[in-house]
Amino acid sequence: MASAEIDVKYVAHLARLALTPEEETLLGDQLGHILGYIEKLRELDVTNVEPTAHAVPMVNVTRPDETRPSLSHEDALRNAPKQGGGLFIVPKIVE
Amino acid sequence: MLNQLTISGLTARLARREVSAREATQACLDQIQRVDGKIHAFISHDAADALAQADAADREIAAGVNKPLLGVPIAIKDVLAVKGQPLNCGSRILGNFISPYDATAIEKLKAAGAVVFGRLNMDEFAMGSSTENSAFGITRNPWDTARIPGGSSGGSAAAVVADECIASLGTDTGGSVRQPAALCGCVGLKPTYGRVSRYGLVAYASSLDQIGPCTKDVRDSATLLGVLSGHDLRDSTSVPQPVPDYAKALTGDIRGLKLGLPKEYMIGGLDAEVKAAVDAAMKKFTELGAEVVEISLPHTDYAIATYYIIATAEASANLARFDGIRYCARVDGNDPIELYARTRGAGFGPEVKRRIILGTYVLSSGYYDAYYLRAQKVRTLIRNDFLKAFETVDAIVTPTTPTAAFKVGEKADDPLQMYLSDIFTISCNLAGICGVSVPCGFTKTPKLPIGLQLLGRPFGEEALLKIAHAYEQATPWHKEKAAF
Repeated sequence: MASAEIDVKYVAHLARLALTPEEETLLGDQLGHILGYIEKLRELDVTNVEPTAHAVPMVNVTRPDETRPSLSHEDALRNAPKQGGGLFIVPKIVE
Repeated sequence: MLNQLTISGLTARLARREVSAREATQACLDQIQRVDGKIHAFISHDAADALAQADAADREIAAGVNKPLLGVPIAIKDVLAVKGQPLNCGSRILGNFISPYDATAIEKLKAAGAVVFGRLNMDEFAMGSSTENSAFGITRNPWDTARIPGGSSGGSAAAVVADECIASLGTDTGGSVRQPAALCGCVGLKPTYGRVSRYGLVAYASSLDQIGPCTKDVRDSATLLGVLSGHDLRDSTSVPQPVPDYAKALTGDIRGLKLGLPKEYMIGGLDAEVKAAVDAAMKKFTELGAEVVEISLPHTDYAIATYYIIATAEASANLARFDGIRYCARVDGNDPIELYARTRGAGFGPEVKRRIILGTYVLSSGYYDAYYLRAQKVRTLIRNDFLKAFETVDAIVTPTTPTAAFKVGEKADDPLQMYLSDIFTISCNLAGICGVSVPCGFTKTPKLPIGLQLLGRPFGEEALLKIAHAYEQATPWHKEKAAF
């Protein structure tokens, strides 16, 4: 089956994933090959078949809305790449 | 040697005070010193912490406390959160991450008295079938160190087979416990979806992931499943079903049970020695009084394509959290989007990038219906195949893998060939049923383990383990040790 084309640069932007030009080319070839294989699903008639999102069909699962112990401020910040004043430091978002 | 014992063997000797938890733990640590340079099952381990836990267990044993895993050293795949220990998922991206809390499965192990230790190597974010995709180096098969141990829980299976721990935890999204268990020669169980809480398990594909044990025999698998199972309010997909005494089901009596052999699994790529081992196993089942019938799972051939749409779609969403803001090894950028992209580009390895791109693509505007929605519908057909089969049979029997362990590097450059090595294990996750791999023989030259897969009804682990145990006890395979 003909390999599907995939615009790796565009998809990588959607995924917020910086790729080198070499990675883009390699991934494009490999994913074209894999998508070609995946095309076989088109052979099946899925009219009137319900999709399965989860194998165990449970819906509207809730738990009591009660206050429970959670991470301390210190623990929540412990793995932060940059922190200050009890906050995560990030690049400027608004001008 | 104490590190070679099973859970049941060690707990019996601990209860009789013949040995201490410290001695058993030290024996595992000594074995790691001796052999892990060759096997590399562990990314790291905290020996002092393990011995401190062992000493605490010894004090409890002395006080007459009775817990199912008291003093038993159990090693953990690097994808489960253990409070105060590193968590890397076999990836560079998490940097020096230290888990701030315990996964529910880890809480349960600790509550049962286990000595929880070590970070076991794995394919990055559980994406792979050979443990070659780890940022921390490859793990090798104890039966032949030129070969892969399987994956993604390659460290979990290799550590058990190399007697570096008494048992271990892995995770199984498309066969990641059963396949390495088969290729290394131990028992690997994937519980029914919802049986074991996923809280504290770093998500790869949330509708497919389950935590499962790697053990030296089926009884240990039953013991660990009993400890791990149960409803958890912190995982809304965990199912409020009572937890039976799984060990009680291991009666050895499988007379009258009906086993199905799916004709679709006897494919062209099936190795002759693997086929012969499975045929011999079917004969053994007949001798044990079970009835073997041929069944059909007509949508088998579509499972891998379905899996690689659903799993990558879920992964692309789940892995969005690794963005360098609250954790991760950050690579700075001029704005947040550049920071995200650079952090992820530098931190993720090639297979993770491949799956994120594929998953993002199949979910993207204009392709959702053609790929993702269609795959979810085919998933229904695959699940229905199994539910229909279970109307007539008690379990399904297949090879776990089409071949024994392949060589390091053999499939590393061809992702599709690597994906196809999961052909027999992947449907079980799509259907949400349970499955176990048990040793069923060896290839001749080189001598490599072969795995037999049993698949059972949703929440049918008792019957599944009963059948696996009866087979194991009637065959010599699980007693063989790798010489390395």
